[in-house]
Amino acid sequence: MISYGEHRFPGKLFVVEGTDGSGKSTQLALLHQWLIAEGYPVVFSEWNSSPLVKDTTRRAKKRRLFTPTTFSLIHATDFADRTERDIIVPLKAGAIVLADRYIYTAFARDVARGCDRAWVRELYRFAVKPTVGFFFRAPLNIAIDRIVSGRPQLKYYESGMDMGWSDDPEESFTIFQGKILEEYDQMVKEFGLTVIDATRSIENQQKIVRSIVTRHLNGGGVVGK
Amino acid sequence: MTELTFYGNALPGVEREAYSGKLIVIEGSDGVGRSTQTAILRTWLESRGHAVIDTGMTRSVLAGRGIKEAKLGHTLGRLTMQLFYATDFADRLENEIMPALRAGFIVLTDRYIYSAIARAVVRGVDPAWIRSIYGIAMVPDAVFYLRAKNAEQLVKRVLMSGRKFDFWESGMDMPLGEDFYDSFVAYQTRLLKQFDEMSVEYGFRVVDASRSIKRVAAELKRATAKIIDAGTLEALQAASNKSMAAGSTTRIEDLLQVEGASNH
Repeated sequence: MISYGEHRFPGKLFVVEGTDGSGKSTQLALLHQWLIAEGYPVVFSEWNSSPLVKDTTRRAKKRRLFTPTTFSLIHATDFADRTERDIIVPLKAGAIVLADRYIYTAFARDVARGCDRAWVRELYRFAVKPTVGFFFRAPLNIAIDRIVSGRPQLKYYESGMDMGWSDDPEESFTIFQGKILEEYDQMVKEFGLTVIDATRSIENQQKIVRSIVTRHLNGGGVVGK
Repeated sequence: MTELTFYGNALPGVEREAYSGKLIVIEGSDGVGRSTQTAILRTWLESRGHAVIDTGMTRSVLAGRGIKEAKLGHTLGRLTMQLFYATDFADRLENEIMPALRAGFIVLTDRYIYSAIARAVVRGVDPAWIRSIYGIAMVPDAVFYLRAKNAEQLVKRVLMSGRKFDFWESGMDMPLGEDFYDSFVAYQTRLLKQFDEMSVEYGFRVVDASRSIKRVAAELKRATAKIIDAGTLEALQAASNKSMAAGSTTRIEDLLQVEGASNH
């Protein structure tokens, strides 16, 4: 039976989650640099990056072929490939794995699109439980301002235009992100996510993240140092 | 009209309306004659005046190409492969099978979720997990399981067809034996066991595939006709009840005669 759940691998898995524009990728990049400087072996893995599945996803997005179910399944496929190659292997070898978005992204997005909550959770049952799951929580208006002002145009699926909530991409995006944030908030307790207030300064957030990560590295297991 | 039912949860965003077509599944091992039988059945159904589409694994617009490319490299992980197949299935179900059924087509599908489940379980995937993923599948009107008695029978078919033993059909991704032949026998034996276990669970109609193509085809035609005619009778009954309620004197026998005349 393949079901990883709570892993006993020597490595550590830290994941960042949050709505678009929450600043999570910036925080993860800072953490990454610091860990390397500290002499740890670090592997970085991001959402939607499996070389095997990427082409299919890109093609289907371009041609707008997705339904909520196939959107969910192709991302699970992508995630499975990453789990089998990029996550399990370095964890077994004793590395630190950093993941930009994890299963919680799927739980939030897919359920916002109408997929059954229990079905999506079952779909990802094979995932390794992270050492720490950081949830960068930004109020909706701040996150949306960051994205809308920083991007020339919102993409079709990113803004949830496939759901027909609104013909206006910005309005659709706002509705979608609102639903996603609701799902995230529900998951904090369900999965024991560590909430970081994303309205604080970048430096301040990073300080908190590093202190939490340090605590988990002192327990041993990880190669190096 | 048939009520739309799912094995698990209904698909999100899909209206749960009744459909007028029929979903007929042809399942069975590699080389057991599924595609030959599907082709015969299709021609026969069309000659009877039914609109037919056929579909099969990895034929989706969305994921078909990706799966084929990934299989060439033999680099897909076990879980990844199962989920890629599920994506392919969902795309065909939502964009091909269900629209055709609503439009009154007979949909013949060469394999359905059962082959996918069998392959996954044989590869060590949790049977409950893979079943719950395929809970998105609608329950077909009939599943004909072309049953081979054992792997030796399948070996004979491969040899007679002049094909070579295929990498995937031999389970060489695991593999279960020293060479393609040994692995083929071991792999197909395990698959047969899975099919047999699913037979009751999913209500397969077992068709003995060791007989001649002609005899198997005859049985499939007979059984398929029954399913279609049962549906037609039901529809006529409903139409007749409706017209009787409206005070019309049309009897079901009259309707049947008209239907019969247009069909043959």
